[in-house]
Amino acid sequence: MSAVHLTPPTIRKTALNAVHRQMGAKMVEFNGWDMPVEYPSAGGIIAEHNAVRTGVGIFDVSHMGDIRLQGPEALAAVQHISMNDAARLAIGQAQYSALLYPQGTFVDDVIVHRLGEDEYLLVINAGTREKDFSWVRDNTRQFNCKVENLSDDFTQIAIQGPKGVDLLQKLTDADLSAVKFYWLTRGTVCGLKNILIARTGYTAEDGFEIYVPADEATSAMVWNKVMEAGKEFGVVPCGLGARNTLRLEGKLPLYGHEISDTINVWEAGLDRFCKMEKPDFMGRSALEKAKTGGVKKTLIGLEMIERGIARDGYKVLDDGGREIGYVTSGSYAPFLKKNIALAYVPPEFGNVGSTVKVECRSQGVKAQVVPTPFYKRPKKA
Amino acid sequence: MAYPTDFKYTKEHEWIKADGKSATVGITSHAQESLGDIVFVELPKPGAEITAGKTFGSVESVKAVSDLYAPASGTVTEVNGELATAPEKINQDAHGSWMVRVTLKDPSELNSLLSAADYEKFVAEEGG
Repeated sequence: MSAVHLTPPTIRKTALNAVHRQMGAKMVEFNGWDMPVEYPSAGGIIAEHNAVRTGVGIFDVSHMGDIRLQGPEALAAVQHISMNDAARLAIGQAQYSALLYPQGTFVDDVIVHRLGEDEYLLVINAGTREKDFSWVRDNTRQFNCKVENLSDDFTQIAIQGPKGVDLLQKLTDADLSAVKFYWLTRGTVCGLKNILIARTGYTAEDGFEIYVPADEATSAMVWNKVMEAGKEFGVVPCGLGARNTLRLEGKLPLYGHEISDTINVWEAGLDRFCKMEKPDFMGRSALEKAKTGGVKKTLIGLEMIERGIARDGYKVLDDGGREIGYVTSGSYAPFLKKNIALAYVPPEFGNVGSTVKVECRSQGVKAQVVPTPFYKRPKKA
Repeated sequence: MAYPTDFKYTKEHEWIKADGKSATVGITSHAQESLGDIVFVELPKPGAEITAGKTFGSVESVKAVSDLYAPASGTVTEVNGELATAPEKINQDAHGSWMVRVTLKDPSELNSLLSAADYEKFVAEEGG
């Protein structure tokens, strides 16, 4: 036996892994997780994407992490580590926010849910789970509140699309019509009592995310009941492929792409979620300085006008062929039926209507700067 | 999946169907399946020379970009223009969706390619 114990790289599985495999999902590794990228039986990424835009689709997003802060100073702790103003949250309300490094760049983006008087739940990204938890724990020690990593406690299922509300209403006693976008409630779901139901998502569509106990039997039972109840609405299971194209059409940032430890809030264009007027928070003073200095790069939306698809990491060139920036996310957009991309360029190249080139496999392909988000869901009549 | 026995195959998942010196080239059903929804095809223009084992274009699905490798050397005489506007045809019928037609330099190059049975075995071993 060797004295050295090496930890083999373990690929983590959600409680629904076997269900995905039974459904014939194509599985990929994503941030250390074995996740479905698409379900060929559901028609694949394009069909899944469009089901969410026009009907309803369901996603296993259990790889997302959950951190709970609870105690008399929970609000002060959340305020200290996040950029949005959590003091504005009523019980049962949620907000998009971010954890920042002292230099004003991103630890991660999060959804902050206020569960109770002194109880907050941060929902964080899969790839940054451990980093985020350590960060939150280490930077809230001075506050009288308990910080718990609940990431392994929940199977998180996202039910997304305009028909999501009708689908979920069949399975719960909670009055979903009373739950506004970015609000949450608790109710019995599929016979399970006191389930957290949040009207949130990552698809730029209406929808819900439910948090059920993470054991395999319960998780599979809920997933299957959602599929069954969704038959009349044409529900399809959706993988990470559609999740990515849906969030791209809606310009929702992805950690490691639009936001990272080298990109600040102003560059990412997330100003409206950053409340400089609230009490001091981590990253604030750096952001104040950065604001007076002006930004060196800005996130823009591109639509390809010549043939080609911009992909993550491709160079952005000016009309003369000089490198001016890079693509953070790019794809064929299944609902818009266009090739779109998000990219960082110096602000002078960010004017809507102007053109740049994207170096697609050593060829400069013309693209136009367009308003973002590329897609906005229609307002209810 | 039935692979036509009058085609030859590469380990990079292209097929070639030759009739004397004239041949058509496409990607296999296995390739389209692993790529998923195909949304873009980049092909050479008629007159272009392609070289066995070298890239001659690319195919992109929503998620992935893949190079196309020439199964044999030759000159492109025709490009399937339909694929520029309807790349999904490859998903629907990979073995019927030829990408380029070429005049082969040396038809004996095909002898080193995989038969349908060998390709099927190769795909199975690859775990696909």
